[in-house]
Amino acid sequence: MATTSTLAKLRYRFVPDHVIGELLSKKWIDNAIPFLVLLCVVSLFGSLIPNFFSGSNLAIQARELGEFGLVCMAMMLVIVVGGLDLSVGSNFALGNFMTLALLNLAGWPVWLAIPAVVLICGGVGFINGFLIGYLRLRAFLTTLVTLIIVRAIVDMLLLKYSKAMSVSFYDSTVWDLIGLGGVGGVPSSFIILVVVALIGHILLTRSRPGWRAMAIGGSRRSAHNIGLSVRGTVCAAYTISGMLCGLSGVLYAARLGGAGTDTGMGLEIAALTAAVLGGNSLGGGRGSVVKALIGAVIVQVMTNGVLRIGMNSGSGPMVLGLTLLLAVFIDVRWLKNRDKLLSKVYVSPTLVELPTPRPTDAEKGGALALNDRLREVEIIGLDEVESPEDVILDENDYLYCGTRHGDIVRFSPPHYKEWEVYAHIGGSPLGMAFDKAGDLLVCVGGMGLYKIDRDRNVIKVTDETNRSAFSVVDDSRLRLADDLDIAPDGKVYFSEATIRYEMHDWPVDALESRGNGRIICYDPNTGKTHTAVRKLVFPNGVCLSHDGQAILFAESWGCRINRYWIAGPKAGTVERMVDQLPGYPDNINRASDGTYWCAIMGMRSPALDVALRMPSFRRRMARRIAPDQWLYPNLNIGCVIRFNDKGEIVESMWDKGASNHPMITSMREHKGWLYLGGITNNRIGRIRLGDWADKTWSGYRSYWGARS
Amino acid sequence: MDDRSKPQSVLRHLNQEKIVFILTIVLFILFSIILPNFLAANNILSLIRSVAVLGILGLGMLIVVLGRGIDLSLVATMAISVAWSLQLMSNGMSVASAMTVGLAFAVGMSLITGVLIAYAEIPSLFATLAMATFVYGFGRAHLITGTDVVYLPPNIGWLAQLGQGHVAGIPMPIIVAAGLALIVFLFLRYTKPGRFIYAMGDNFFTARTGGVPVRPILVMQYVLAGGIAFIAGIVTSTSAQAMNTRVVNSNMIYDVILVVVLGGVGLSGGRGNVRNVIVGTLLIGVLMNGMTIMDIQYTVQNVIKSLILLLAIVVDSILNPRDEQTGQQGDI
Repeated sequence: MATTSTLAKLRYRFVPDHVIGELLSKKWIDNAIPFLVLLCVVSLFGSLIPNFFSGSNLAIQARELGEFGLVCMAMMLVIVVGGLDLSVGSNFALGNFMTLALLNLAGWPVWLAIPAVVLICGGVGFINGFLIGYLRLRAFLTTLVTLIIVRAIVDMLLLKYSKAMSVSFYDSTVWDLIGLGGVGGVPSSFIILVVVALIGHILLTRSRPGWRAMAIGGSRRSAHNIGLSVRGTVCAAYTISGMLCGLSGVLYAARLGGAGTDTGMGLEIAALTAAVLGGNSLGGGRGSVVKALIGAVIVQVMTNGVLRIGMNSGSGPMVLGLTLLLAVFIDVRWLKNRDKLLSKVYVSPTLVELPTPRPTDAEKGGALALNDRLREVEIIGLDEVESPEDVILDENDYLYCGTRHGDIVRFSPPHYKEWEVYAHIGGSPLGMAFDKAGDLLVCVGGMGLYKIDRDRNVIKVTDETNRSAFSVVDDSRLRLADDLDIAPDGKVYFSEATIRYEMHDWPVDALESRGNGRIICYDPNTGKTHTAVRKLVFPNGVCLSHDGQAILFAESWGCRINRYWIAGPKAGTVERMVDQLPGYPDNINRASDGTYWCAIMGMRSPALDVALRMPSFRRRMARRIAPDQWLYPNLNIGCVIRFNDKGEIVESMWDKGASNHPMITSMREHKGWLYLGGITNNRIGRIRLGDWADKTWSGYRSYWGARS
Repeated sequence: MDDRSKPQSVLRHLNQEKIVFILTIVLFILFSIILPNFLAANNILSLIRSVAVLGILGLGMLIVVLGRGIDLSLVATMAISVAWSLQLMSNGMSVASAMTVGLAFAVGMSLITGVLIAYAEIPSLFATLAMATFVYGFGRAHLITGTDVVYLPPNIGWLAQLGQGHVAGIPMPIIVAAGLALIVFLFLRYTKPGRFIYAMGDNFFTARTGGVPVRPILVMQYVLAGGIAFIAGIVTSTSAQAMNTRVVNSNMIYDVILVVVLGGVGLSGGRGNVRNVIVGTLLIGVLMNGMTIMDIQYTVQNVIKSLILLLAIVVDSILNPRDEQTGQQGDI
């Protein structure tokens, strides 16, 4: 067996492979390709056109972008709800004309004219929205009709009033500020765009109406079935879209002060191109303000740039058409393959060299020698509980366990034949502990830390912690809270096994064997939760030491048990306690004689040990073959071990024939008995302990003393 | 069936095509009564002639729309390919070779469109929109030099008959349109690819699972549409003595969609026939002719046309309501 080179060790230590998968799983990565296109376009035209980056050119461009960006956002909004608005160009022209007419001919003040125009154009949008939302007409045809009608109306109005308008001129400082001025060199239309974009972004991503719009675009039928008012929301989207066009028309009027028949001609095509270039999906459900703006900048830079370079009249459309094709092509491919790519690259194994395991041969003897003591286990609740990961007993000898259905089941003493659902939490209840008041604290996989008080009320204790500084995935939410214990001062220490996988995928974390887990501390006095220790390899069982000075925790895929000092001179440090375990340690609990029980949920196998030294092999495996054929750790046969404060293993209990109770993830000593739970089991086991065990000892009393 | 359900069942049978057809007849009768010259044989011929090109393009659009697509590049293909042909002719190329080159350009461009839609899976709306801008831009930048308008060269010879000739008193454009309509009808009705197009429009994924070669058929749809657009372009240019490339920037493509949709062809595919296109074309023809005689302004004509389209789809949506449960996602 070749030892791994130092180079490989360094590589796996410092190259963050897992970040690629995490980046791909982020929602904003969608914008990466449009943004790259944007950079390319800007740098291309920036290098071709002299003075492209000069202040005056940028100011001109920004002023025009203010108008175009608003139209693109109008288009994006209706695309998000699964529609299309071809009438933006005509509506824009109408807004432009109405502004000039109201100011020049009707003599309205600016503060009255602008809202009036926005309302008029919103009215056109409302007609679209009414027809499409309430009458369920097709967006494409309906807005096509409004495109033609509104354009015709504008033409007729122009015919009638253009002469009168051309001789009058509106003079006002406010109007000039909007059209020609700005704040600190930034044109006012650009400022308006930024303000509208900010509001739009917050509405779309952080507010109920925005979420509803996204939901309707994502699946109109589902949105309808869960009771969202689909018709009203669609109608509102078109109305707002119309208002944005109107605002854009106002800005255009302020800048140029003239109306012609070609105003806004073909704007719908440009806006559509921009919206799609930015990555908004036609058909709905995927879109954002940022996407619309990226698209707007690309299209504007390109159309202006082609003109400025001085190519002949056909080249502009040619370049625009080609870019649209290319962008949509990339976008379609990206959407189609993103999840495939993600599932291929998300699993990112790292290099692990596990130390040689301690021997377990029956002939050689020793504390870990195979035996058959678990053959005599008494079975409780056979076929009545599913996946009791942890078991616990209270002072009145009631036996509690969690099930994969999200229930806490309680068995009654003395025979543990009758049972009831003590409380329903949901998620996957895992580790449990009683606090001083006798409330049951439960780590629930997929949900966080929960408490069931003595009146059986389920209370959320915490489901988030502080986010780490440079994490790509949001690790503030608890994904897989696993086991907990409570310090004398009431602080709850619990483990989160992995931040990269959900509850049902937890064995995949073994393929990575990276330090994805952490120990988290919840302080009931402040109500705050913070991460105490990071980068642990699947931290699992947590147990307070008998002296109350340290937290013992198991690192499952690391096959070791550590001690984290919470008090005393070494407070805050972590030290190795038990090493070279032959299997994957799970929950740890106190024993009556001052030692600790630890469940070994599965045994190491030479094949997986070798694979752990070959991360590229595991990566290839994760990419090439189906997940059900991957090499997983053996989680079928384990044992129970007992170790003392010095880290010495005192004894072990096995089910050699694997006939009665081979799979163990947790055990509790209670009044001379040891109760066993296993996450893949359909039963709970108990076995009478030898004479060394204190027949009156119970977990609650060991922690909190006799109840007064 | 008892008597009470009868009125409703009559309404149920009233689909968009019938509504439009009735509307056409009503308008026809109305115009015949109130407009003195409307019923004259000359006027009827010029009525049909004026919409013949629209009808031809509508046939191309029909083939695409039936398979749940849309082709916005028809007008651009038509204008640029024919304009280039004419330009080549006036530069001295023989009529036959110039025509071949033009047709090859039209078919080649629509082949690219088809491949982009079928194999690169770009939504047809975008692929054709982008191709329309590209074809127009490319043509204006590299193929047609000089002006927007390319005039018929004197050496065009017999080809000019396509737009200007008469057979038994009927103008050629009408005959070309009728002949094409018959061919497209037979193709859609009796050939395997024609039936496949309907199958794909009905349910694309079922058709694919059923063994229909969906991708080649998709490409074929666009190629056929491109070829038909070229024929429409020849008819247009020979009738008008010139090909104006600025037609690409007009509302013409919307008129083509109008003709197709007005007759009751479903934009979601699988529903429609050549008959629908003819009905839609006739309504537009009657309308435009009547309004021209009445001397109604062009913009107002546009408004009226659009309102009629709107009316047709509103009535259709009331008679055949689409609700949230049956609507297809992403159907715009």
